[in-house]
Amino acid sequence: MTKLDWNVLDIDYQKEADRIAQRLREVTARELHKRGLVVAISGGIDSSCSVALAVRALGPERVFALILPERDSSDDSAARANILASHLGIRVETVDIAPALAAIGCYRARDEAVRRALPEYGEGWRFKIVIEGGIDGQINRFKLVAASPSGDAVERPLGLSEYLQIVAATNFKQRIRKNLEYFHADRLNYAVVGTPNRLEYDQGFFVKNGDGAADVKPIAHLYKTQVYGMARFLGLPERVCAAIPTTDTYSLEQGQDEFYFALPYRAMDLALWSLNHQIPASELARVLEIPEARAEAVYADIAAKRRTTRYMHRAPILVGEVNELDLPH
Amino acid sequence: MDHKKQIKRFVLENFLFTDDENALANGDSLIQKGIVDSTGMLELISHLEETCAIKVENAEMIPANFDSIDAIGAFVARKLAA
Repeated sequence: MTKLDWNVLDIDYQKEADRIAQRLREVTARELHKRGLVVAISGGIDSSCSVALAVRALGPERVFALILPERDSSDDSAARANILASHLGIRVETVDIAPALAAIGCYRARDEAVRRALPEYGEGWRFKIVIEGGIDGQINRFKLVAASPSGDAVERPLGLSEYLQIVAATNFKQRIRKNLEYFHADRLNYAVVGTPNRLEYDQGFFVKNGDGAADVKPIAHLYKTQVYGMARFLGLPERVCAAIPTTDTYSLEQGQDEFYFALPYRAMDLALWSLNHQIPASELARVLEIPEARAEAVYADIAAKRRTTRYMHRAPILVGEVNELDLPH
Repeated sequence: MDHKKQIKRFVLENFLFTDDENALANGDSLIQKGIVDSTGMLELISHLEETCAIKVENAEMIPANFDSIDAIGAFVARKLAA
C-alpha cells in the first residue's frame, strides 16, 4: 500500500515560481494579448502570492493592484495589502465599495434575510454562516451564528431560502469587486488575475462571475500549503505570510475551514491530495489521526462539493455547435 | 394520493420539469443520477416537512434516507408511524 506522509506536498519552489512566471508572461502576451495584469489584493495569502508572481513575471511597472474593502472587511486586511503593495513597488488604488453595495441593495437584502431567522438582529450585531453535517455523514445544513451588541452569542438554524438570500446578497461583494478589476483592466489594456488556490478551485469555493471570473489563475493548481510555501520563498512580508485565512465576507470573523471545508486547510490539502492519488481513506486516517469513518466522510464531502459546484466552472452551455471559434473545452 | 406518489410527482416536476412517470424509477439514486444536489436535498426536506407534517431531525438528515423515491417513502412512513 502507498505510504502517505506530509512531505507529499513538498515542491521545488524556485522551479515552480519560475515556471509560473514564464507561463504568465506567455499567456498575457501571446494568448490574451494584454500589456499587464490587474490583481485585487485582500491581504490574504492567495492574492498576495498571485500578485507577487505577477510581478515576478512582468515586473512591478506592469502590475496594477486594487484594495477593495467594504463594511465587513477587517482593517487589518487592507493594512496587510498596503504593506504588500509597498513591498512589491506596484501601483495600488483603494476603493471603498460599501456605497456601491448599499446602493445595489446588498446589505438590505442580507439583513432582511438574517432578520427572518433572528428577528432581534439589527444595528451593532455581527454574524456569520456555518455549514455543518457533511463531515458527520449528514446532508450539509446551515446555521446562523450571531453576536449581539453586548457580545451575547446566539445560534439559529437557517432555512434554505434565508441561506440562499444571504449568500446571494453577499455575492454582490465579489461581483462588484470584479467590476472594478475589469474597469481598470479595460482602461489599461491589462488582463485580470484570479487568485484561487487548488482547494478553493477544486471545491468551488468562489462566486461565479465574482472572484471566479478572471483571464488567468496562476495558483489554481497549488495546494494551500504550497501557496504558503511559495509566499515564504518569494520573501513576502511576515504579516502577510502569517495571516490566518478568513472569508472576510461576514461581520463576525469566520475561518474558511469553519465555513466551507471539513478540516483545517493543511489537513484538507492532504485529504484532497490523497483522494487525487487514490490513497485509501484508512491511510489518510492514520496520518491525520482521525477515525477511518471520518476520513471516508471527508472523501465523500470533497466528491459532493465537486458535483454541486461543477456548473460554476462551466462556460455558458450552447445548444448548437459554433465550431469556427476553435475554443478549448 | 399516498405520500410516495406525491413525493415522486414533486421530484419529477421540481427537479426534472416533467410529468413523465417513466423519467425516474422509484429505486433510482437521486444523487448518483445527478438529479438532486445538496441544495436540492434541503429543498426536498423542506417540502416533506411542509406537506407531510413531519419534522426531520439533524441525525436523520443522511443521504440514505432521501436518495430514492423508495427510501423517502419508507422514511416518511416510519416518521408518520412513530
